[in-house]
Amino acid sequence: MPEKILIRYGEIALKGKNRRYFEDSLSRNLKRAVKDTGARIVRIQGRFLALVPEEEVNQALHHLSRVFGVVSLSVVKPAPLDLAAIKTAAGNLVESLPEQLGSFKVETRRSNKGFPLTSPEINREVGAYLLNRFAGMRVDVHQPSFQLYIEIGPEEALLYHDSISGPGGLPVGVSGRSLLLLSGGIDSPVAGWLAMKRGLSIEAIHFHSFPFTSMRSREKAVDLCRVLARYGETVPLNLVSVTEAQKEIRAKCPEELGIILLRRMMIRTAEAVSRMKGLQALVTGENLGQVASQTLESLAEISAVTGMLILRPLLCMDKQEIVSKSQALDTYEISIRPYEDCCTLFVPRHPVTRPTAERLEQAEAALNIDKLLEHAMGSLETEFIKS
Amino acid sequence: MPEIYLDNSATTRPYDAVIELMGRVQRQIYGNPSSLHAMGVEAERLIRKARAAIAAILNGREDEIFFTSGGTESNNQAIRGTALRHSRRGNRIITSPIEHPSVLNCCRQLAKEGFKISYLPVDSAGYICLDELRRLLGNDTVLVTIAHVNSEIGTIQPVQEIGEIIKKLSPGTLFHVDGVQSFGKIPVNPPHWQADLFTCSAHKIHGPKGVGALWVKKKTMLQPLLQGGEQEGSLRPGTENVAGIAGFGLAAAETARDQLDSASLMRQLKIQFYRALKQAGLDVALNGPPLEESAPHIINLSFKGIRAEILLHSLEQYGIYSSSGSACHSRRPEPSHVLQTIGLTGERLTGALRFSFSVFNTVSDVTTAAGCTVKAVREFGK
Repeated sequence: MPEKILIRYGEIALKGKNRRYFEDSLSRNLKRAVKDTGARIVRIQGRFLALVPEEEVNQALHHLSRVFGVVSLSVVKPAPLDLAAIKTAAGNLVESLPEQLGSFKVETRRSNKGFPLTSPEINREVGAYLLNRFAGMRVDVHQPSFQLYIEIGPEEALLYHDSISGPGGLPVGVSGRSLLLLSGGIDSPVAGWLAMKRGLSIEAIHFHSFPFTSMRSREKAVDLCRVLARYGETVPLNLVSVTEAQKEIRAKCPEELGIILLRRMMIRTAEAVSRMKGLQALVTGENLGQVASQTLESLAEISAVTGMLILRPLLCMDKQEIVSKSQALDTYEISIRPYEDCCTLFVPRHPVTRPTAERLEQAEAALNIDKLLEHAMGSLETEFIKS
Repeated sequence: MPEIYLDNSATTRPYDAVIELMGRVQRQIYGNPSSLHAMGVEAERLIRKARAAIAAILNGREDEIFFTSGGTESNNQAIRGTALRHSRRGNRIITSPIEHPSVLNCCRQLAKEGFKISYLPVDSAGYICLDELRRLLGNDTVLVTIAHVNSEIGTIQPVQEIGEIIKKLSPGTLFHVDGVQSFGKIPVNPPHWQADLFTCSAHKIHGPKGVGALWVKKKTMLQPLLQGGEQEGSLRPGTENVAGIAGFGLAAAETARDQLDSASLMRQLKIQFYRALKQAGLDVALNGPPLEESAPHIINLSFKGIRAEILLHSLEQYGIYSSSGSACHSRRPEPSHVLQTIGLTGERLTGALRFSFSVFNTVSDVTTAAGCTVKAVREFGK
């Protein structure tokens, strides 16, 4: 007999005509999340139900709690639509709990109006039954130590007593497709996760510049994508070399502009990749004021090279908030592995913090941008990273 | 692309014969040396043979060789084992600031436990100051620990003289030589130096990783780091790493057989490499002692206008493997403590790369490596 997990979603139910589309996406994502556990996902009124082999319940809960769009999850006990059967099931549920209970409350939600008793009547009946069956229990409707929930559905009643929270957000995919600039640092994976949380499906692009950086920065990008893939689907990782750009910038441009010029090349390259793949926005881990290339002036000049929408989910977060989030996601330990990324070896002694368009354009006049872009695109490799 | 491995101070490629022997031991002679049956006896015989090979190179006795898991363990056993066993005699340990982390961090830990650690100053070539040693040595000194050859810049310390000073001024003080970088490369003779303890490691001499030895002069008392069975005279309990020890013994014997020829080959390669870079007009500075004076296999060079990591990675593209003086251990790369101690700063420090040679390298390797280095510096340097 499979166990049942009740899956609640919130926000997406409100989305008017799109509701059906959102629910279909969520359903697909839920199925993908529990594929390996042998669970089935079925739709019930305004909810999903996962039917899970008994030994896989914890595993399934773990996977489902990472699916965006899910608000909360409960392991539920079913009972036939019959008051006596519901009472027995309620008693069995209380009995299965590890500790003796004091105060309690029964709360019923009756979506099946054909059931002969109203919700308050069911509360009273089941409450009385439990008081009678278990000595030492008492009713407290204001601050109960234990709540028993009963949902009266069209085919059966579902009983449960607690729930774990899901990540909320929107099902991955419903908002469109985007390209995450993934450096290997702490910020960009968190930015990608937040973009996914708002329903974006992501591809990643990682810039490497061997021999300026170690081969290991690439492994890092792969490992970070593997973590992100747990929250959605397979992440296509686009690997692009910016070695030529870095060489040219070093040789021909003022040192203090090095980072921002490189960032502009990365945005141009990311745009080219997005256009090729039909992606609709760029997502970066940029954060206002964190480093010199992230002042308002710098961000504006970085945006200026593209007509594409750049999303910066971390823009107004504090570093500590970002770090805490990355620790919670399990990307932190990967991000702090000690290998240089494209920029860390190039930080000029006195990077410019307030670049002007004229200065940057003047510096870029020395570069053959089209050729560098062509070179970068020529180096493009794509790997598909599964969780 | 043929590989040119010039990172032999980090580790070396094992001899084929060592790999074969170790495979055979693990397939056929897998008995526990402590077992009474024939399989055990056979395994024990292998260990005895290895012990004899290493004792011979060290000019020591077989019962003075204790096998360990490598250089780090041997250094810890020597330093900590001495400190704890002889703490009633004193609490001072003398060392230098350019030692291996297994020495420095072991001393730091002992400092937390109440020992006093004195660091001898070193000059710009990495030689320790003997006058300061004379001044510091006293009745409270339980141990002097010094590396024979510095792994980064190849400085060979005057261990003979150090031994004489110690035993003349403070005969009770034990003398530990960390010989990880000298064993198998230059002549070693701990008894003659009046040393009491000597560390060596297998994987620096084309043996396997995970095995080393500590030579402990007869009658020297040490506190074991581990408690257990009676293996290795109870100093190093635990079932012996038979295959590793056998491999170590074979590698040591092979290395010792033509050590002098190997040394002169490596020195010739090193000098040839340096000359080729100079002749190509590269702005390169030698770190450490003059090439004729330093260990035959190590050369440390600072390149102008290019960070060591970048040069290292660009050489890697040609299949050439080296080591950056400033190991990029953290996101904020921390420059090498050795190079900082001998006074390097700025570009000299961030542009320092170590090349270390072995008997597997050839003249043509070095010509190629020098050519590629010149090319890489021109391409990626500023």
